[in-house]
Amino acid sequence: MWSYALRRVLMTIPTLLLVITVCYLMLHATPGGPFDTERKVSAAVMANLQAKYHLDLPLWQQYLLYLKSLLQGDLGASFRYADWSVNELVGNALPVSLAIGGGSLLISVFIGVALGIVAALRQNSLIDYFVMLVGNLGSAFPSFVIGPVLILLFAIWLSVLPAGGWNDFDPRYMVLPIALLTFINVSTIGRVMRGSLIEVLNSNFIRTARAKGLPLRTIVFRHALKPALMPVVSVLGPLAISSITSAVVTESVFSLPGLGKLIINGASNRDYTLVLGLVVLVTVFAVILNLLVDLAYAYLDPKIRY
Amino acid sequence: MSLLQVNNLGVQFQTPDGLVSAVNGVSFELQAGQTLGIVGESGSGKSQSVLAMMGLLAKNGKATGEALYNGQNLLTMSPKQLNGIRGDRVSMIFQDPMTSLNPYLTVERQMTEVLELHKGMTRREAKKRAISLLEAVRIPEAARRIDMYPHEFSGGMRQRVMIAMALLCEPEVLIADEPTTALDVTVQAQILSLLKDLQRDFGTAIVMITHDLGVVAGLCEKVMVMYGGRVMEYGSANDIFYQPSHPYTIGLLGALPRLDHDGSELVSIPGNPPNMANMPKGCPFSERCTHVSELCVGTLPPLAASAANPAVLRACHKAPAELKPSVEVVAHV
Repeated sequence: MWSYALRRVLMTIPTLLLVITVCYLMLHATPGGPFDTERKVSAAVMANLQAKYHLDLPLWQQYLLYLKSLLQGDLGASFRYADWSVNELVGNALPVSLAIGGGSLLISVFIGVALGIVAALRQNSLIDYFVMLVGNLGSAFPSFVIGPVLILLFAIWLSVLPAGGWNDFDPRYMVLPIALLTFINVSTIGRVMRGSLIEVLNSNFIRTARAKGLPLRTIVFRHALKPALMPVVSVLGPLAISSITSAVVTESVFSLPGLGKLIINGASNRDYTLVLGLVVLVTVFAVILNLLVDLAYAYLDPKIRY
Repeated sequence: MSLLQVNNLGVQFQTPDGLVSAVNGVSFELQAGQTLGIVGESGSGKSQSVLAMMGLLAKNGKATGEALYNGQNLLTMSPKQLNGIRGDRVSMIFQDPMTSLNPYLTVERQMTEVLELHKGMTRREAKKRAISLLEAVRIPEAARRIDMYPHEFSGGMRQRVMIAMALLCEPEVLIADEPTTALDVTVQAQILSLLKDLQRDFGTAIVMITHDLGVVAGLCEKVMVMYGGRVMEYGSANDIFYQPSHPYTIGLLGALPRLDHDGSELVSIPGNPPNMANMPKGCPFSERCTHVSELCVGTLPPLAASAANPAVLRACHKAPAELKPSVEVVAHV
């Protein structure tokens, strides 16, 4: 299994290179540059700036220079945040996004799986309809609608939580963003879990388990849970990645200093190094998460061995 | 008192098209150590009858009548009571060994849990017993193989595992729902002789569901022929095989390919089984019967002792003697 994991990690190198190259070219192909502002800068200053960031060199040289610094673990200097390196910017924003995204994902797995199990066992009952309603609401309403509703409810009407902002991992500032992401994730996980458990419970081997006289508890937790979790695991990878990328919306709703905010600022400022740095980060994340998902499959399903 | 006594068993399914009756008025008795064969084509209700007894009907299904195991009605007891009996005193083997074992658990786990539950054994004791049962069903290297997963076994081996699993608690009744249908012919024969040996060794009564008359002939003392959810004929295997008195049984036997015939053509009963949602008003077989009369179409024949042989129960308006001449015609087309 370890050799498989190693092979998978090595296989990501060409992927990563491809992603970086395509993004690099696309960024440079879009019109405008990091120093195009409304305030006119004198030609001499502009030339200096260009030279400092190697923008005066041919594109392929810039590209090679970027790859070289990347190899040394340096994402480069930010074009727009003077005195900040991209490493520092990401280093500050990443923990915020990880706390919000990772925290909500962890909570959503437990709540989603539990709700899915209850709904599947009480199919077409009130609780099932409730779970399905929550699931559909979470999928139907975009986060920029649910977010402000949460703020209205808890920050303005009830005044129990701050409306937004960040205060060095103060839990009070984390509750609403985590709640929002959890709601959205639970809707997906709950629906998938319900559907897959219903299907598994109708399978022949569950009939065998019932014929053996096993109580429902054993049937669900010993016989049905593992197979029913397979589809949940496969949605977890994309969900985890999207809790970083969709943080763009969550973070602007709650004005959090996370990765989402960096992505927006970087893109609109043509901050080449910042955007590329974030792309590299997300790609690495995606690769790691997909690897974890595949390893989780092997853990759950004895037929899958690497 | 019989070990198993089924009275007027019925199974209904609530479907979008209304209430569908899959089984009607099935009654039989099973004594300790006896073997009953239930025969019929697909959709005749034979599987649903035994699933109903085991409390394994689909969610939209409902069983009526009674199924008495040692005088206790399996159909009305609480799930807890039923769980105390199934897997322990009454156990079941299913048709498809490829999907009937849990692919996510080792064979050891699937077998030991039965003994832990019903016999209160420790996992270690249970494993020992499970290995001895696997050896009894002739699985080579049972001690090593028990820790494998079902996908590491072949189809025939998996069915042996199923059988071993069903016999763990030495049940009084073993219900086998087409245990050999999914297996190839040589393996079928092995499984059947295995069941025979095990019945001799353990004294288990067997209800054998099959559409293979050869299986019935080799194994069963009594035979129940079902069609359209109803019992067509019920009697000893000898009577049913040598003096079939129901047109459907005659047709079934006529459709058996035989070695002593030179005819290369396979004989079949013309037509298809009736749709359960839209059963004929009279005899369910009337649409395909060569002896059909107006009475057959309009009125359901009751299951009653045959005039020719009171030990045989049959549901047909025609007297057995009236059917005889056409037997040869049907069989030799």
